[in-house]
Amino acid sequence: MEIPYTVQPRPDTGLYNAKVGIWLFLASEVMLFGALFSSYILLRVGAPEGYWPHGWLNVPVGTCNTLVLITSSITTVMAWASLKMNQFNRFKFYHACTICLALAFVCIKSYEYHDKFTHYEIILNNGHILDGHLRESTPDHVVISGHAVEDPKELYDLHAVKNPPKHEEITVLRSDIKKMERYGPWHNTYLAIYFTLTGLHALHVIGGALVIGFLWGPGSKLWHTDPERFTNRIEISGLFWHFVDLVWIFLFPVLYLL
Amino acid sequence: MQATTQALPHAAPHEAHHEEAGFWSQYIFSTDHKVIGLQYGITALGFLFFGFCLMLMMRWQIAHPGEPVPLVGPWLASSLGKMAVNGVVSPDLYNSFGAMHGTIMVFLAIVPLAFAAFGNYLVPLQIGAPDMAFPRVNMASYQFYVLGGVIMFFSFFIPGGAAQAGWTSYPPLALAIPTDGQTFWLIGMVFLITSSLLGAVNFIATVIQLRAPGMTWMRLPFFVWAQFVTAFLLLLAFPPLEAAGVMQLMDKVAHTSFFLPTGLAPVGQLANVSGGGSPLLWQHLFWFLAHPEVYVLILPAMGIVAEIIANNTRKPIWGYKSLVYAVLTIGFLSFIVWAHHMYLTGMGTRIATFFQTTTMIISIPSVIILTCMFISLWGGSIRFNTPMLFVMAFLPMFGIGGLTGLPLGFSSSDLHLHDTYYVIAHFHYIVAPGTIFALFAGIYYWFPKATGRMMSEFWGKVHFWTSLIFMNLIFQPMFAQGMAGMLRRMADGGANYSAAKVPGAIGGLSQGMLGLHTYILWAAVGLGLAQIPFIINFFWSISNGRPTNSDNPWQATTLEWQTPTPPPHGNFAQVPVVYRGPYEYSVPGHATDFTPQNQPG
Repeated sequence: MEIPYTVQPRPDTGLYNAKVGIWLFLASEVMLFGALFSSYILLRVGAPEGYWPHGWLNVPVGTCNTLVLITSSITTVMAWASLKMNQFNRFKFYHACTICLALAFVCIKSYEYHDKFTHYEIILNNGHILDGHLRESTPDHVVISGHAVEDPKELYDLHAVKNPPKHEEITVLRSDIKKMERYGPWHNTYLAIYFTLTGLHALHVIGGALVIGFLWGPGSKLWHTDPERFTNRIEISGLFWHFVDLVWIFLFPVLYLL
Repeated sequence: MQATTQALPHAAPHEAHHEEAGFWSQYIFSTDHKVIGLQYGITALGFLFFGFCLMLMMRWQIAHPGEPVPLVGPWLASSLGKMAVNGVVSPDLYNSFGAMHGTIMVFLAIVPLAFAAFGNYLVPLQIGAPDMAFPRVNMASYQFYVLGGVIMFFSFFIPGGAAQAGWTSYPPLALAIPTDGQTFWLIGMVFLITSSLLGAVNFIATVIQLRAPGMTWMRLPFFVWAQFVTAFLLLLAFPPLEAAGVMQLMDKVAHTSFFLPTGLAPVGQLANVSGGGSPLLWQHLFWFLAHPEVYVLILPAMGIVAEIIANNTRKPIWGYKSLVYAVLTIGFLSFIVWAHHMYLTGMGTRIATFFQTTTMIISIPSVIILTCMFISLWGGSIRFNTPMLFVMAFLPMFGIGGLTGLPLGFSSSDLHLHDTYYVIAHFHYIVAPGTIFALFAGIYYWFPKATGRMMSEFWGKVHFWTSLIFMNLIFQPMFAQGMAGMLRRMADGGANYSAAKVPGAIGGLSQGMLGLHTYILWAAVGLGLAQIPFIINFFWSISNGRPTNSDNPWQATTLEWQTPTPPPHGNFAQVPVVYRGPYEYSVPGHATDFTPQNQPG
């Protein structure tokens, strides 16, 4: 006895097995990201007045990445629709676009990560704070391109800052530094949840791109022997891809705009 | 009916292909749900034994603080080094054993046995399916489980030993302990969560998609319903713990402060972290999983109990529809009771009232299920074989466990009982003489289906009566200890809080209460000895037990008994068609006292 409904839908549910499977999997993914978003809310509500960062991320870059992912969702649908219309070459083209867009997303995200990892907050012995990107680092001094503030609160709400401070090269002696810390996940809870959420999302993007890449490359041989099953696989991987896209649609305003 | 029990024709291409499979693909990397079910079962029984051994060593340490563990002491000293100098369980090692006993019993023993092993073996058979919906995902699920188990097991032997912060892993404690045990725990948990996620998706898809023709929802055996709801609990409750695990791992490895508050000074010195995190966040995320997890532990057991009661009373189970709706209600409500584990965190009275209310409401469907089981016995001509004995014991034992939970569900009485031995006695009554008894019943009941041989009834009864007595001797005194104020998780068993040590202190523990430790220790040893008949019976019967006289030795109605024994790859020779409900026993006017689901007419 063979397993039924692997390709054809079961009449009373109207679904084939894998489609039930992927929807269930996505339900659990909703709970996974839901828990992280809830944590975000709890951490943000629990932060002391004036110490939750606003405007720390580059909105144009984020918008660009949002557009990249949305476009990739469109090409994913087109790829599936092409198969439905029996146009294998158009499928190849559209999913090639999907994979390239996924790579573009990861590259842009890495650029943003890199920007954060070269961004330093330096607390001086006299209580002043320097904030900016590291330009040079030697055993006795460091050079950053940034600005100095007296109240740490000035660094948090960048939306409220009307005139952005001019960035200049500042050289500071190591002996004057009390504490120097990168904008990594350990810097504060905002960056912690930022790196965790976007990191987990990026892993989903990479995983999805690997699956779609496999189906685009060696996996596409199935088209010639069992086209219906292959089309189902493209649909399933597409559903996952749309979910990954959807997560970003929530991530972007929550982390970049609010 | 007869048509489906014939052996598969060997000329069938699928079967022929399978026969060529070697040892590795047939037993280790198998995609057959029955083999995977047995793999899960054997591995989980191994972990059950391991978790029990940890507990025995802890009981020795509680009863005889600072004395070397007999028999295994030298081995402990040589393999664990500083943690067990001269074979004495150090407080650190005690904490480690405590944390790992809980983790192993819940995540590596009971859930894999109740859900993955019984579910894998039986659900496809009972719904008339050839296999699970995704056989390879099923295999991956087992492999992830083994990997998680191996990581957990090896964490005992790393420097500093395994995790020490309890199975609940509350931060900041979990993060303040400067060893790597917690990191191993978190990574192990991620594998185990992945495993149960894959399993849950597979179970639900299988039940939705692969039911045989005529197997409508209300014709599903109650066991399938119980597994179906359990799968949903695992699917939706585990991801928040995975998220929490990832965040704690970030705290541990990337030095973030998700769960570390500002101003934390674990060793009298300000911790070098940013702060701003919330330890309560972990508790919410943890219990959001861990309360549904309680029902993951009990629902499959209830499913097994329903099957065995119907079979051995030769009567339909009473109130099938009530059972189904009750189990669905439990599934839903179990997601909104979690904070009753957290009354002592200083939550507002309104929130406490909400969670008290939902907790009291969820006891209603639980009582409905238990009541249906009891009424099912009414007027039955009961066959008292070994599975039925275990089931008959399950009912009152689960009753004790459930009813003693009510005082814990009220925030006012919980203030006194929280974190005491009362809590331990309460949930062990549910899981040990409750779930584990149901699992034993299931093993004795379905053993003939998997092997074609019966287990010995005599040794089964010896196993049952001794286990029943020792279980109660172990857990009953803990209620008294807990109400006297004895806290759990104390390596010396509370000797430091005794009236003898601190004369005149209010609420000091009496010598009588402390003396119960010795008594519990020997009861626990007795329980261990009581398992020897089972272990021997189990392995001996695989090849030497009395062969079954037919494919359906218990004369049951459900579909798993209408297959060849043991069922071949693909289960049924042809698609079974279901004509009736699962419990048509003693139908008036019928020739036999059971009517299989696939019998037409």
